[in-house]
Amino acid sequence: MTSVSITVNGKNASAEIEDRTLLVEFLRETLRLTGTHIGCDTSQCGACVVHVNGLAVKSCTMFAVQANGAEVVTIEGLASDGALHPMQQAFHEHHGLQCGFCTPGMIMTAIDMVRRLGPKLEEATIRHDLEGNICRCTGYHNIVRAIAAGAAAMTGISNQ
Amino acid sequence: MYETTYHLASDVKDAAARFAAAGEGRYLAGGQTLIPTMKQRLAAPSDLIDISRLAELRGIAASGELVTIGAATTHAEVQRSDAVSRAIPALAALAGLIGDPAVRHRGTLGGSLANDDPAADYPAAVLALGATIHTDKRAIPADLFFTGLFATVLDDGEIITKVAFPVPAKAAYEKFKHPASGYAMTGVFVARTKQGEVRVAVTGAGNRGVFRAGDIEKVLADHFFPAAIDAVTIDAGAMLSDIHGSAVYRANLVKVMAKRAVRAAAS
Repeated sequence: MTSVSITVNGKNASAEIEDRTLLVEFLRETLRLTGTHIGCDTSQCGACVVHVNGLAVKSCTMFAVQANGAEVVTIEGLASDGALHPMQQAFHEHHGLQCGFCTPGMIMTAIDMVRRLGPKLEEATIRHDLEGNICRCTGYHNIVRAIAAGAAAMTGISNQ
Repeated sequence: MYETTYHLASDVKDAAARFAAAGEGRYLAGGQTLIPTMKQRLAAPSDLIDISRLAELRGIAASGELVTIGAATTHAEVQRSDAVSRAIPALAALAGLIGDPAVRHRGTLGGSLANDDPAADYPAAVLALGATIHTDKRAIPADLFFTGLFATVLDDGEIITKVAFPVPAKAAYEKFKHPASGYAMTGVFVARTKQGEVRVAVTGAGNRGVFRAGDIEKVLADHFFPAAIDAVTIDAGAMLSDIHGSAVYRANLVKVMAKRAVRAAAS
């Protein structure tokens, strides 16, 4: 067992955990933050994407103890004062989901994409950069539209 | 996943000492191969020694002649490095073809080389550019480093610290990705050194892992044009064959990707 102290969505989370605990297991089972999903469990689907120190990572492919001392942001940490993050709002407005299972990972990846590539995203860029996120319902069209709109709406906001 | 004990190493010496004291230790860098392997219970190290945060393993330094990259530098850091992009643009581009954006935020150069997956990208760059792999014990030329599938000359417990890539006159990497996994079905890295030597390394195709395509190097040394490769025959008997592609298919892909790489390097 190892004690970890991780800042999750701005709040300190400390716990005694088994060394083999994956970050996604810590988030879901210890902290009960079940918005981060486990889809494939083989690092391919992206349903588990969260931000660690500002970078998108697959939380099923990282040990919780590796995030000791880090800042983690999950889908639950995006909305502020009851208002959806612009990327969440864009997914809502453009119907960027059907079953919704992949959506948390899609949104965390999309925000990371904007941070890396800026708010003006071409369709081809978005499609290419979604290579690590799989959706089995939508055919991606509305996800791509939502990300383009969400990226544009992120211009100038501080809480990206 | 089986139980394991995690160690955060304080420096390279500490990591090596912890490895030596462990029953069945493994170093943990980005973990993008090791963790999935442990989840499938194909690996069950008693101890994991985390070397990903060691400052002495990180960073990029570039001069006109040499680009040196710390072993724990992530693929994303290499992809986005202005220094690498200026000195060896093909290397920065290759880093951007590994995995996906989230994987590139964790996966490392040293981890990729130590694992030596036969379809990994970095081994092709290291071999074609004639890089030197530095460890905590010695400096190893690329031509001596890779010894087979998932096999290298690294001793048990030896740690890659950095890799030094000579800046070539021209270079390009062309990868035919498996559409689902993103791994190279065949990837060819072509380089012409400043001394005029042509080096061609192939990943994803060979049944003994990454290899230099000597026949392609010979024809390109005389004529650095894509069409020169038409005269070469790649032995299908030395190629991988699996559900994704036959040996004959891969032998053809080697030539196709080599031609594309020469075209890209020349432009």
